[in-house]
Amino acid sequence: MSATTSPAGTAPAHPTRPHPIIRCDRLSKSYGTVRVMENLSLDIAPGEFISLLGPSGSGKTTLLMMIAGFEEPTEGAIWLDGRRIDAVAPFRRNMGMVFQNYALFPHMTVAQNIGFPLKMRGTPRREIAGRVARALEMIELGALADRYPPQLSGGQQQRVALARALVFEPRVVLMDEPLGALDKRLREQMQLDIRDLHRRLGLTVIFVTHDQSEALTMSDRIAVFNKGRIEQIGTPDDIYDRPRTRFVAEFIGETNLLTGRISGGQLRLPDETRLALADGNGAGEGDEVVVSVRPERMRVIAPGTMPEPGANRLEGALRDVVYLGDHLRLQIDAAGQALVVKQPRAGLAPQPGARVALTFDAADTRVITS
Amino acid sequence: MNRMQKKAVTLSTAAALLLGAGVAQAQELTVTSWGGVLQDAQRKFYFEPYTAESGVKVIEDTWSGGFGTIEAMVTAGNPKWDVVQVEADEHALGCADGMFEKIDWAKIGDKEAFIPGTADDCGVGAVVWSVILAYDGNVLKDHEPKGWADFWDVKTFPGKRAMRRNPKNMLEFALMADGVPATEVYEVLAAPGGVDRAFAKLDELKPDLVWYDSGAQMLQLLVSGEVVMVAGFDGRVNNYNKTEGGNLKLVWPGSIYATDFWVVLKGAQHVSEAMDFLAVASRPENMAKLPTMAPFGLPQKAAADMVPDEYKAVLPTAPANLEGAIPVDVEFWLDNNEELTQRFNAWIGQ
Amino acid sequence: MSARTRRRLLARGALLSPLVLFLFFFFFVPLFNVMRSAIYDPVIARAFPVLSRSVEGWDRAGPPTPDMQEALIADLRGTTPEVLGDAVRRLNGMSSGFRSLMSKTTRALEAAPDPATRVDLLAVDARWGDPLRWQAIVDNLSPYTDRFLLAAFDLERDSTGAIAAMPPERAANFAYFTRTFVISALVTGLCILIGLPYAMLAASVRGRQRQLLLAAVLIPMWTSILVRASSWFILMQDQGLINGALIGSGLSEAAVPLLFTRTGVVLSMTHMLLPFMVLPVFNVLVAIPGNLMPAAAALGANPLRAFWHVLLPLAARGIVSGSLLVFMTSIGFYILPAILGGPAEQLISSLIAMYSTKAANWPMASALGLILFGITSMLYVVFGRIGTTPARRN
Ligand SMILES: Nc1ncnc2c1ncn2[C@@H]1O[C@H](COP(=O)(O)OP(=O)(O)OP(=O)(O)O)[C@@H](O)[C@H]1O
Ligand SMILES: [Mg+2]
Repeated sequence: MSATTSPAGTAPAHPTRPHPIIRCDRLSKSYGTVRVMENLSLDIAPGEFISLLGPSGSGKTTLLMMIAGFEEPTEGAIWLDGRRIDAVAPFRRNMGMVFQNYALFPHMTVAQNIGFPLKMRGTPRREIAGRVARALEMIELGALADRYPPQLSGGQQQRVALARALVFEPRVVLMDEPLGALDKRLREQMQLDIRDLHRRLGLTVIFVTHDQSEALTMSDRIAVFNKGRIEQIGTPDDIYDRPRTRFVAEFIGETNLLTGRISGGQLRLPDETRLALADGNGAGEGDEVVVSVRPERMRVIAPGTMPEPGANRLEGALRDVVYLGDHLRLQIDAAGQALVVKQPRAGLAPQPGARVALTFDAADTRVITS
Repeated sequence: MNRMQKKAVTLSTAAALLLGAGVAQAQELTVTSWGGVLQDAQRKFYFEPYTAESGVKVIEDTWSGGFGTIEAMVTAGNPKWDVVQVEADEHALGCADGMFEKIDWAKIGDKEAFIPGTADDCGVGAVVWSVILAYDGNVLKDHEPKGWADFWDVKTFPGKRAMRRNPKNMLEFALMADGVPATEVYEVLAAPGGVDRAFAKLDELKPDLVWYDSGAQMLQLLVSGEVVMVAGFDGRVNNYNKTEGGNLKLVWPGSIYATDFWVVLKGAQHVSEAMDFLAVASRPENMAKLPTMAPFGLPQKAAADMVPDEYKAVLPTAPANLEGAIPVDVEFWLDNNEELTQRFNAWIGQ
Repeated sequence: MSARTRRRLLARGALLSPLVLFLFFFFFVPLFNVMRSAIYDPVIARAFPVLSRSVEGWDRAGPPTPDMQEALIADLRGTTPEVLGDAVRRLNGMSSGFRSLMSKTTRALEAAPDPATRVDLLAVDARWGDPLRWQAIVDNLSPYTDRFLLAAFDLERDSTGAIAAMPPERAANFAYFTRTFVISALVTGLCILIGLPYAMLAASVRGRQRQLLLAAVLIPMWTSILVRASSWFILMQDQGLINGALIGSGLSEAAVPLLFTRTGVVLSMTHMLLPFMVLPVFNVLVAIPGNLMPAAAALGANPLRAFWHVLLPLAARGIVSGSLLVFMTSIGFYILPAILGGPAEQLISSLIAMYSTKAANWPMASALGLILFGITSMLYVVFGRIGTTPARRN
């Protein structure tokens, strides 16, 4: 996918709307003496699709469980729609939830599973039947109403879990890696389906994933988790193109990191190569900085060719070439660094070992406070 | 015989050989008695002297009676017990049913030396003992029960009573409690309506009754205070007083005494050794030592006379203790055992 | 069949053969014997072969025919003491007094060893004139009989051969059966009540705590039943620890009777059988995915309803197999009720034990055992099916 495409048709939500539907205020969590979450604050707007993205053990599930009510914050508070809920029992929170392994009840049929939350809310039996039928229609599994979950495929189970979490029309739906167990094609299909439901029903979705492309495709906003903290929060564009920390830059997509010192508004690499940086990068003279440049923002050009005006140029040796369908992935040793370049094939056929030059725009550099 | 059958036969023969081999050769004799202090004394005064004389090792076992056990062993063949101490009615029953080897009196000695009725071709008298009303003198201090009527009197003596889970003796006691003189108990019991009368009397006490099967259980019930009185075994009670310094009391009038017999099971593997053993166990000088350790009466007059005086007083055979006591009527129980046992069990179960 | 498949089958057969042999000799053969001896009782036919050929023409109500008397004498002269003993024991059970009658008669016959001398049975003992005595023998000459099975249900055949209820003073088997099932059901219920929450707790914790909880139910299982029975005996005495605690804490004024009561027996049996409930339930519970209960809560089920709609149905298989184990084991309990119970707590096994070890009435013991076996098998089939249904769904 292309990193720059923002999810079509939705206005990016603003992080600080006046009335968040969910507000997490300075949450901390310890298991015994181990601190797994530190002073985390997060506001989520109604109708927003927010992804919690981060490596394993970074606290995504922990936050979700606190919102759902299965874990109690050690410190801090959680509000739902202006009401403090961190002492409210989970079954009273009225949020839809899709679990990592679906958590379908194996002793109930598909229809019974979907009807379960309605039954728990005392919905009349006839109404349950109607709503279950509609939910089944929505996930296109009407024919399997009387099957038991173990008789369904993974994708079908996934859809049942989704229908079950949505059938009682909760305002907030929590999903913990709901697509983790599906194969790639099914996952992509489901991503679209969920996205579609989100939009149609006006849901607020909190979506845990450690798959960055999934987060980038689906979310209005992404919160990148690291060691129990939110490292950066913002639209997919923000996160991808303007990573604020080295961790985010490295975690989201691939990137080239160039370390050096600011000198005369330029980046001076250890081998004295000078590179132009984007304007307004906030770095001060003499600062030690790390600069990130996405591989697809770099281009290999024939040695000797001059770059466009204002573009940076580096020379180096081509170490390896990998063909990725219509793209090439080139590994180049230049200026004492190992760099990666991704670019369309466009008739290029360099051989490993060859001397090459590469170029990138100053505007595509991103200075990261290290 | 097809191959399958042949194989099965070979197999079972092999198994039989394996199992049989070890037992048959060894010089040993299996003797089964009633455990407790009685068997301790028998070990010291009979088993060990016998082993010393003959070199035959005595393997011991214990039981709590039950004709079925013996019948099963004898019918199956190759009984694992050789010599067993049985109760009087089991002795008579087994004798009538051909369950015992004939006693070789030529080896053992003079049959006439025994008290009449305690020695015959089926068995040799072992001990004389009583089923008797017993209580803890430290518990029933002020008011002491005098007989079976008091056993039934739950107002004056509140608390549970323990009886043996067995109709024998218990029906007799019920009649005595109902006012039948001890000497007429069997007459009344055998007459029409006698058994009904006994059960009706037992009915009165049923809510306060507890049942025991073994002597050890009986003693534990009494000394733990779970019951205030037992219809129990005099030997165990006396021994407790002697060895544990207890103050258990016995009410001799109305007690029923009986002889236990040594018998040799039909088909036993060591019949000859068994007879040798019975000879040792019947020697008056050996027998006379038994009461010094276990307070049981002796079925041989010569032996009984040799018992040191200080041990005589507590024995069921002491003249003072025989007053008002009656012997068990073996004949009655022979004829009525099955019917009364069934009825007794039905009664317990209802 | 190829040589290879044959070889494979043979190898499998060889691996199975120890089990098959074991089952054959230690289960099927005894079971068959028990079944047979419940309905096949040849002891009387064996003792009176001549008599069985000369009962024709007897009207049952009148005195015995001379033929029958001759035949009986011939039989008494002809059989060994063991064979006669078995028959006498059975006859005495049906009609008291047979034993003395028989020994009197055999003694009289021994006194007249010459078979040619005529012996008048009625002169030996007037009881031989009673047609009921003869009926007892004649009616049981056929080795196949339903007498013991009927008796197990407190039924018998009256003098006309019709099935009728036994007189109440002899009828107790039914009471024993009902009591056995009532007590077993009580124990099973208690085991569920205690075992299910316990298993839930054990399944919800991890590591050391879980091991400790499981060990706590398992360790008693390694103690001999006799030791445990005596421990209970000491605990439940009026001056025992339990009553001491009850009185000491002021919960009770006087000692609560526990020994020789149903309460005590049910408590101790529950304690003994608890592992049989906890383990299967625990096994089922730990296999339940950990997110189902949170899922139920997230979907709006309060803890009670989550338990009722999710945990309980999923644990049902474990509860059913645990209940079957507990119930069927309780049915066979013997030692514990014997030591801790009063007469009203004795179970059917005590009756079977009495008939076998005391009364030497093997057919009666077999009949009771057979009925017990029948009932347990039926229970197993019915509940075993319920227990496995949810598992079959996938
Ligand atoms: N019950 C617990 N006891 C102790 N530590 C826990 C517990 N649950 C979670 N943790 C720790 O809290 C941290 C955060 O866990 P969490 O499950 O939130 O991670 P995650 O971001 O969801 O990871 P993943 O992507 O692997 O699901 C981890 O270090 C984990 O080991
Ligand atoms: Mg997680």
